[in-house]
Amino acid sequence: MIWEIIYILLAIGIIFNLLASIGLIRFPDVYTRLHAGTKCTTFGSIFICLAAIVYGLWKWYNGYASMIIISIHSFFALIAILLTNPTGAHAIARAAHKSGVKPKKAVVDDLEEKNEHV
Amino acid sequence: MGKEDRRMNVFMLSLVMIFISIAIAMIRILLGPTIPDRVVGLDTINTLVIAGMILFGVATEDVIYIDVAIVYALLSYITTLFIAKYLEGGKI
Repeated sequence: MIWEIIYILLAIGIIFNLLASIGLIRFPDVYTRLHAGTKCTTFGSIFICLAAIVYGLWKWYNGYASMIIISIHSFFALIAILLTNPTGAHAIARAAHKSGVKPKKAVVDDLEEKNEHV
Repeated sequence: MGKEDRRMNVFMLSLVMIFISIAIAMIRILLGPTIPDRVVGLDTINTLVIAGMILFGVATEDVIYIDVAIVYALLSYITTLFIAKYLEGGKI
């Protein structure tokens, strides 16, 4: 029972990480590539950390008392990923727009209009 | 013994899939047309390396790799912020 849960969590995480790489190859633009590469890796890494947490809790329940450390440290790694990854993506998108890379097929560009008026 | 083999197999297999994903993302770094494309590929590879370190730490039941993953996450975040600051044209 516990192994099926770990298999499902790992499968979700790996499928989303592979989708991130494929989207990074296939999308036409910096901003769409950033969307694929950052959101999918964040979601996939959440599920890989959850698999590690479930495995550590299961080992701890079965008598290996030191295995709870894997769960706690994976939880802190999960918090670090959740805090830092979207912030870095926002910084990259802002820097790309300020350094002159335009969206390829966009019709409306609100940030451009705001910079023109100011 | 069978259970131990099963555990090593499933986490190591996940690690191999993460490696394949890193190899696909590295193509974008090699042929990205602009510099922000390469930065996006580098940021993706950073997150994938963190996931791979966690998987390796669980597969070998060694906690030090997960600690290294936490520190790597914070350092790669600082690196990304500095590269973004450099792309904007500001002084570092």
